[in-house]
Amino acid sequence: MSPPFCSVRNLSVRYGLEAALKSVDLDIVRGERLAIIGESGSGKSTLARTLAGLLAERARIEGEITWPALGQAPLPGRDFGFVFQDPGTSLNPVLTIGEQVAEVARRHLRLDWPQAYVHAVELLDRVRIPQPASAMRAFPHQLSGGQRQRVAIAAAIAAKPALLIADEATSALDVVVQAEIVRLLDGLVREEGMTLLFITHDIALASGFVDRLAVFRKGELVEAGPVRSVLSSPAESYTAALIASHRDLSTKPLITEVVS
Amino acid sequence: MRLLRHLIRTPEGAIGLVILTALLAAGLLAPVISPGDPLRIAGRALLSPFADPSLPLGTDRLGRDVLAGLLYGARTSLAVGIAAALSAMLLGLFVGMAAGFAGGAIDEALMRVVDAFQIVPGFLLALAFVSIIGVSTPVVVFAIALGTWADPARLTRAQVLSIRERDYVAAARVIGMHPAGIAFKEILPNALPPVLALSATIVAGAILTEAALSFLGLGNPNLATWGSMIAEGRSVLRSAAYLSVLPGLALAITVLGVHLFSEGLTRALGHEGGSR
Amino acid sequence: MNGPLTVDALSKAYSSSGRRVAALDNVSLTITAGETLGLVGASGSGKSTLSRVLLRLLEPDAGSIRFEGEDWLALRGVDLRRRRAHMQMVFQDPLGAFNPLASVASVLDDPLRIHDIADRKQRPAEIAALLVRVGLPTALASRPVRTLSGGQRQRIAIARAIATRPALLVLDEAVSALDVTVRGRILELLVELQRERGLAYLFISHDLAVVRAISHRIAVMDAGRIVEEGPAADVVTAPRSDAARRLIAAVPRLVTEPA
Repeated sequence: MSPPFCSVRNLSVRYGLEAALKSVDLDIVRGERLAIIGESGSGKSTLARTLAGLLAERARIEGEITWPALGQAPLPGRDFGFVFQDPGTSLNPVLTIGEQVAEVARRHLRLDWPQAYVHAVELLDRVRIPQPASAMRAFPHQLSGGQRQRVAIAAAIAAKPALLIADEATSALDVVVQAEIVRLLDGLVREEGMTLLFITHDIALASGFVDRLAVFRKGELVEAGPVRSVLSSPAESYTAALIASHRDLSTKPLITEVVS
Repeated sequence: MRLLRHLIRTPEGAIGLVILTALLAAGLLAPVISPGDPLRIAGRALLSPFADPSLPLGTDRLGRDVLAGLLYGARTSLAVGIAAALSAMLLGLFVGMAAGFAGGAIDEALMRVVDAFQIVPGFLLALAFVSIIGVSTPVVVFAIALGTWADPARLTRAQVLSIRERDYVAAARVIGMHPAGIAFKEILPNALPPVLALSATIVAGAILTEAALSFLGLGNPNLATWGSMIAEGRSVLRSAAYLSVLPGLALAITVLGVHLFSEGLTRALGHEGGSR
Repeated sequence: MNGPLTVDALSKAYSSSGRRVAALDNVSLTITAGETLGLVGASGSGKSTLSRVLLRLLEPDAGSIRFEGEDWLALRGVDLRRRRAHMQMVFQDPLGAFNPLASVASVLDDPLRIHDIADRKQRPAEIAALLVRVGLPTALASRPVRTLSGGQRQRIAIARAIATRPALLVLDEAVSALDVTVRGRILELLVELQRERGLAYLFISHDLAVVRAISHRIAVMDAGRIVEEGPAADVVTAPRSDAARRLIAAVPRLVTEPA
């Protein structure tokens, strides 16, 4: 049994008197795709940010996070990439997208600018930005929301990190683009053998492609396990409630009568 | 108010509030502490501070009471400073809102007027105005306001343009609110905070401008002002430095107090509006 | 058609970087009393532009809108403001849709006051009744709106929208920003209100599953045009347009059978 990629023990995060996370125990297995599912206030984003070292100064952290695979705390960009929810504000509006992606490569792969630019074009191609060479000179506001998120993903994986954290990376996108981004993430993570932490409120979206689910509620880990077993026989009533409130096209509609 | 509590919690806000309250008290209590006309001859000339208990800060070249001058000067500085700042703010708010709402040609025209007033240095504008019209207090107040209204106008307009696009303004239109109602109930209160933060700086600037004008002899000669006290102390700077230094110190502390208060206010408003 | 709303050949174009982009291209639709027309489309399909044109927040370049038998686009000024009572909107962002300084009571007081629904003495009672109707405790009236949860805020938004007893409610991604467990309850509330008051809804969303849940008919938008329209069940089970097929394929499905 190899050691986990990351081990979270008894993690609690507080803001003043408010507890965002309470005594969380969680392992992240190397190479797995783990979805953190929760509604607002569940602490799922706090968990992501704690792992990434992105918490506000006034947050109080207790418990421990160890990274057996890395031996030390992970370095942002090199050991993990982070994709934020809003691609409109996570990209610098005054820099070209080529520069933003290349910067990551230059810094962590120790490439010079010309090499980094070549690498950036390849990355834009991999995330399926059309005409990547000319897109390098585009600014974020010239791209659609979905394209911006692809750029953000390219920047996140530019230095070939071992871990990719996607914090509600699809929540600001429409349903068609969401599906595309999920397919992209799935493919990329498989190709590179990355570990993926996919944070979302949409249990159906996540369960379509991840290996494991961890369900959070009000700062506590409710249940974790392989996708199929959690969905087919949820151990906790909250998980069952989440599953029950999912709507798809086969769910019985609330309207039954037909208005002429 | 919650705002006041937040304000007092910041060190800047607390100190600023203390200084300004002290000044306000000095101005209000001037007739109590030093009754009578501050410009009258109170004793022999050039008396040093602490020499005579009835004239604690000494007298100037003509024998006028320095302490009385400082206290009544506080009145002038604060009154002119606040009146000028208030006029500048009101004018700026009005023009900024008009430009932000009207858009199009009216906005362009108003902004060119704002540009014109911003290009001319505020002090020179005030100086020119007072020189031409006269040195009564209302003229001084208006002159200072002329030099400072452009910044609040620009800031207000920027706020209005930004807030106009928010959903809650659209919601107000959808429920059928009258445009005037939307302007004053939905937009103006939300546009105010940064403009209010600016107001404290404007007060400081106004106080300094008033002092500078009276230093140059362009203030109201019938009022005791710090600026004129500094000017008069120049000729005896070597022998009786206290005549210029004391009012100068008063001025510096006042401006510092206003800036600290403004800093504290900005922080406190930041807590109010906040991320949520 | 005799219904509260008939839209005919509505068009609106924008100039963007020198090109003219058709946000609405010859859009026509009708909504009859008491029915929900679901409007689906990907982002950029023109759904939001349509909602804004309907609410007279934007003016169209061409086309007509007949609302409750009147030429809706011809109304101006005082007449328009008065008639607005009959067409209301619920926005997507439950936080941004309210004045940050407003309390629940003032939010609900505005429409009552503007349209003389109740005089000053009766308004608090009317506000309390509205709160109860949308399932909120009346004690919330004195609270600032920004201190409430997303679901509560959206209920306030609905209360504000029905305060003037409208005939048509436009809901623009009204549940998209809410938690999944809250969505269902808001949708149920909307259906109840519709049955009670004979409200017509234009329910706009990019999420076909949510639209399916409460729509009688569905219209599909793509690139500013309505590319398909029909009874909800038909559009979902037998789509005829590519846009509809893409939207159907994109709805995440939950597989609950064991591996």
